[in-house]
Amino acid sequence: MTASSDLENGGLPEQADTDGIRTRLLPFMDRFGILLVIVLIGLVMWFLQPDVFFTWRNITNIFKQTAANGMLSIGMFIVILTAGIDLSVGSVLALGMMTLAVANAGGMPWPIVLVLSPLMGIAAGFINGVGITKLRMPHPFIMTLGMLFIARGLANLISGGVPYSGLPDPVRFLGSARIYLGELDGTRLNLPVVFLATIVVYFVFWILLEHTVFGRRIYAIGGNPQAARVSGINVDRMLVAVYTICGFMAGIAGLVMAGRTNSGFPNAGQGMELEAIAAVIIGGASFFGGRGHVLGIFGGVIIMGLIKNGLNLNDVSSFWQQILIGAIIILAVFIDVLRRDLGTRH
Amino acid sequence: MTETATESSRETAGEPLLEARGIYKYFGAVTALRDVSLKLYPGEVLGVVGDNGAGKSTFMKVLSGLHSPSEGTLIFEGKPVHFSSPRDSRELGIEMVYQDLALAGNMNIAENIYLGREPRRKVLGGLLTLSDHKTGLRMAQEHLDNLKIHVKSVEQNVEELSGGQRQAVAIARSTAFRAKVVIMDEPTAALAVKEVGKVLDLISGLKERGISVVIISHRMDDIFYVCDRVMALYHGSNFAEARLEDASRSEVIGWIMGSKEHIGTVAHDRVQ
Ligand SMILES: Nc1ncnc2c1ncn2[C@@H]1O[C@H](COP(=O)(O)OP(=O)(O)O)[C@@H](O)[C@H]1O
Ligand SMILES: [Mg+2]
Repeated sequence: MTASSDLENGGLPEQADTDGIRTRLLPFMDRFGILLVIVLIGLVMWFLQPDVFFTWRNITNIFKQTAANGMLSIGMFIVILTAGIDLSVGSVLALGMMTLAVANAGGMPWPIVLVLSPLMGIAAGFINGVGITKLRMPHPFIMTLGMLFIARGLANLISGGVPYSGLPDPVRFLGSARIYLGELDGTRLNLPVVFLATIVVYFVFWILLEHTVFGRRIYAIGGNPQAARVSGINVDRMLVAVYTICGFMAGIAGLVMAGRTNSGFPNAGQGMELEAIAAVIIGGASFFGGRGHVLGIFGGVIIMGLIKNGLNLNDVSSFWQQILIGAIIILAVFIDVLRRDLGTRH
Repeated sequence: MTETATESSRETAGEPLLEARGIYKYFGAVTALRDVSLKLYPGEVLGVVGDNGAGKSTFMKVLSGLHSPSEGTLIFEGKPVHFSSPRDSRELGIEMVYQDLALAGNMNIAENIYLGREPRRKVLGGLLTLSDHKTGLRMAQEHLDNLKIHVKSVEQNVEELSGGQRQAVAIARSTAFRAKVVIMDEPTAALAVKEVGKVLDLISGLKERGISVVIISHRMDDIFYVCDRVMALYHGSNFAEARLEDASRSEVIGWIMGSKEHIGTVAHDRVQ
């Protein structure tokens, strides 16, 4: 075209570019960028271990290994959405798992054994919530740190500190059952039940957080608790509910792990609260509350699983895994900082 | 006979919409309010002035149910009322725009307007109640249009808005459900100069709709632009009050400093 129109456009691109990034690319990357990261990591793994990584068996293994973390992380996510934290989930997982195993060894019928772990989770979460709101603890960190020790102590106390193994099939169903799908090129395709369960749980949480009044109010509390309060929202009651749900998910994770290992052991879940927090942060949630999406958290869980799996396949020591996961947490938050700079520039 | 009838009807017309009698508020050892009274008539804009710490915000929070008074009574539409939370006062049509605005920056304009009173819809044959985002967006857009508040989109997050736009959203929020009284705590304090006029016009607009407004402000321009009456608090007590036409700016400024003399004299004294 003419020189003048070129010139006219010449002044615009920069403005148009950053506007495009801010209004279209950023929101898109916010929601789906994590999927891109997963695909990238997957491709690298595939490249490093072409024979093993992308097999049905390995992929379903990843899901089985990350399921407990997935259950913990989604509960942790709604707590972090309210700008809180729950340090007790790993211990509550163990308490649920041990209660279940001890009750089973004591001859309780399986339908009771099955619900014991989630019930213990609900009880622990409820106590956390009531403690944080009614005892007016200065920060959820304190109450849940207390619960971390109490639940771990109880798990040891009721079991005498020793593992119990051997659980009935219905109790193991969630953690270890597989659905036979058919045969492909001579391999039997089995789908772990826990994978389906994880998908269902994440879908339910997506509905809860994006489409129910309760869920939107969780975001509001994270954004500005005072705004929620003066809007007539009973913030304390909401927080009790949120911590109770988080505890419930820890109990579910206990059931999953009991099923997978066919046992209960009192030091189960040690450090898993930190892995859950890591998955939530990698998944794009903000520690200050009110930010993050279910899909991102799912991505965070998968990324943690992929990295562990990939490093295992490549015979990298678990010490290096810890270092790598630490680096990724810092990197993920740093990317978020950069993104926010770009997003708020006017 | 007829005279008594007109007498009584005139009395009814002159009855305050909201009244506070002998309000005390203690925070531990601090007495924030001491025997404070107020009458707010239908469709009037009442300005409240006072120095920092005079108790203005505390008094407004008592009126809106965020604080319950240590002593004293509130009377709304002739009946004594007791608010245990802002939810109770909002149900009667008393709304408050807080000094810090009380908006959730991470949520969009529509969600902020309807926070705590979200439109809902039932799905799965009534088994599950969901937040009705679509209706919320439509209602918010209509409401903002009604108030002549212009925003790019009601789906914008509040953290992306300017101070004046946020104030407008907070006001829109306070009037979204047939408010009868809107209480505003320093609505122009944090605004750029060019945004102040818009917010004041918005307040005048509320008055035209028959809504009673209580507005706290330090700016005499605000008070003399929108108010019908002005009252001053000093050290937690009623200090003075007057209809706008009976008050001068310097007089009102004097009240803030605890002086009922004409400010001119005060200044004059100082020069001496
Ligand atoms: N929540 C509270 N706890 C303790 N003291 C308070 C609280 N709120 C207000 N006060 C005190 O009450 C007095 C009046 O404050 P406030 O109503 O905010 O004044 P104003 O809005 O007129 O500047 C001040 O001395 C303030 O320190
Ligand atoms: Mg104030």
